Amino acid sequence: MREITYSEALREALRQEMQRDERVFIIGEDVGIYGGAFGVTRGLFKEFGEERVIDTPISELGIAGAITGAALTGMRPVGEIMFMDFMTLASEQLVNQAAKIRFMFGGNATLPFVMRTPAGSGTGAAAQHSQSLENWFVHIPGLKVVMPSTPYDAKGLLIASIRDDNPVIFIEHKLLYKVKGPVPEEPYTIPLSTSEVKRSGQDLTVVATSVMVKRSLEAAAQLASEGIEVEVVDPRTLKPLDAEPIIRSVMKTGRVLIVHEACKTGGYGGELAALIAESEAFDYLEAPIVRLAGRDMPIPYNRTLEYHAVPQVENIVAKARELAQGRI
Amino acid sequence: MNIEKKIELLRQMYTIRAFEEQAEQLYALGKIHGTMHLSIGMEGSAVGAIAALRPDDLILSTHRGHGHCIAKGADLQRMAAEFMGKATGYCRGRGGSMHIADPEGGNLGANGVVGGGIPIAVGVGLSIKMQKRDQVILCFFGDGAANLGPFHEGLNMAAIWKLPVIYVCENNQYAMSCSTRRAFAIPRISDRAAAYGMPGVTVDGNDVLAVYEAVSAAVKRARTGEGPSLVENFTYRWRGHSKSDANVYRTREEIESWKKKCPIQRFRALLIKEGALTEERAKQIEQQSYTAIESAVTFAEASPEPNLESIEEGVYA
Repeated sequence: MREITYSEALREALRQEMQRDERVFIIGEDVGIYGGAFGVTRGLFKEFGEERVIDTPISELGIAGAITGAALTGMRPVGEIMFMDFMTLASEQLVNQAAKIRFMFGGNATLPFVMRTPAGSGTGAAAQHSQSLENWFVHIPGLKVVMPSTPYDAKGLLIASIRDDNPVIFIEHKLLYKVKGPVPEEPYTIPLSTSEVKRSGQDLTVVATSVMVKRSLEAAAQLASEGIEVEVVDPRTLKPLDAEPIIRSVMKTGRVLIVHEACKTGGYGGELAALIAESEAFDYLEAPIVRLAGRDMPIPYNRTLEYHAVPQVENIVAKARELAQGRI
Repeated sequence: MNIEKKIELLRQMYTIRAFEEQAEQLYALGKIHGTMHLSIGMEGSAVGAIAALRPDDLILSTHRGHGHCIAKGADLQRMAAEFMGKATGYCRGRGGSMHIADPEGGNLGANGVVGGGIPIAVGVGLSIKMQKRDQVILCFFGDGAANLGPFHEGLNMAAIWKLPVIYVCENNQYAMSCSTRRAFAIPRISDRAAAYGMPGVTVDGNDVLAVYEAVSAAVKRARTGEGPSLVENFTYRWRGHSKSDANVYRTREEIESWKKKCPIQRFRALLIKEGALTEERAKQIEQQSYTAIESAVTFAEASPEPNLESIEEGVYA
């Protein structure tokens, strides 16, 4: 199969959905001729024009309001917030308005929009351009939260998100944009709320999100050479979560390591750990549920400090090895 | 404006007054759960503004939205039922006073967040423009909202894209307890329109016809693709901000002086003076409005509570 980057896969999803459905449009800062701060929308302005690829002033709350109002009245907008950190500025509209309108109206409204935004550290952008704030939105009923980890998932999940009738927070990762992988040329969807086993193994389950799926797969490959077989499960949609493949995997391996980049306290890992502990998998656990997550600190600028602020492949290898060998 | 329409406006104003007086009574009787925000004294603003719209035009309302809802043509029974949290209400009891919405009737919802509708209006305006529909969106907000960030982002975006939006600021002079004298360094909120390159006008919000004229001009501009406007209706709320307000931040004299400027009495007197209405007919309209609200409340009281099994319905599509 043809291989393209995560970024190209996202762009192809946007292009194909805009060709298929004239209600779909893109709106955000520098998404037009500039092509988006990370180049995801490059070329779409030329193809679809300024009416469907709309550059906005620096007004994140305005963008969130624009997609809310447009979705409420028959359009299917795709907004872009340049860095996930700036979702804080858009949050009033997303959290108080978009997430609740359908419910508050007694089911008498539909808000089909996607808000795309890149999260994550590793680019030297320091504390205000590197956060992973997915759990803020996971906590809000009415929002769906999607975090693709591969080019294939990026395309299929973005198309599914655009076709979904709910507000979807679609969280990309800056370090994944240039990662290549096989992606079919034709449009396809990956249903939201389907977790996927990315690698099978019987010794240990690793549940990871976003860039940590890639790192966990690299860690799993290393551990395989030591004879430790790791099963890697990617939730892909954090909310609403498809918990069943995770629970089934833990029942098979009896050991689980949860890996994410966001700060540990209040992070998604806590939710996953509780969910596993509450499930039938509890009786199968042979070791405590372990979380490996970002330190509880802002992302530092210095390259070495930044590297050590969030889990890396060697940290996952070490923690997984300990867990698999019964040392935890 | 023809006589029939003027009489209809008077009827709407009485209906709003009747609804809110009844709401207050229900609250006093302990029949209402939560809080509410009354617009008694501000009826000229809601009715005059919405009179300038076509039935297929859209509005976004505020926490003080009963008047907007009625003026937009809401079914009084469904509205009263929503107010009382009943299954027959517009939002099946999920919204209540602060979130009454009737999308089919063009009311895209009251809003519990001050300024919350201002950015949404940008999206609605964009949607209308992209779908090449011949509608406008009228977005109400209060003086308090004009000091929020969304006001700046929203008005600017609507202006740069020439969206069919009419921003109507109902300046009732108090953001909860904070008076506009303390919260603004400018005399008129409409002066801010110049900063966004749109027309801004301040009118006597207690003169329903003046509001109608000003909003009509803004609607014409919006519908012909010339872009948004800001209309400031200068008015006054007779009641406190919400039910917990003891009115310690203003004097009784001030409140009484504004009661003498009642928009309903003023319009009624005008219509009688013009010969459009007799005293008797005016009384009849007033009485009919109160009767309509009584029957709506009777319907609401007799309506069932929402079914508990349906509690999570509407969270996701």
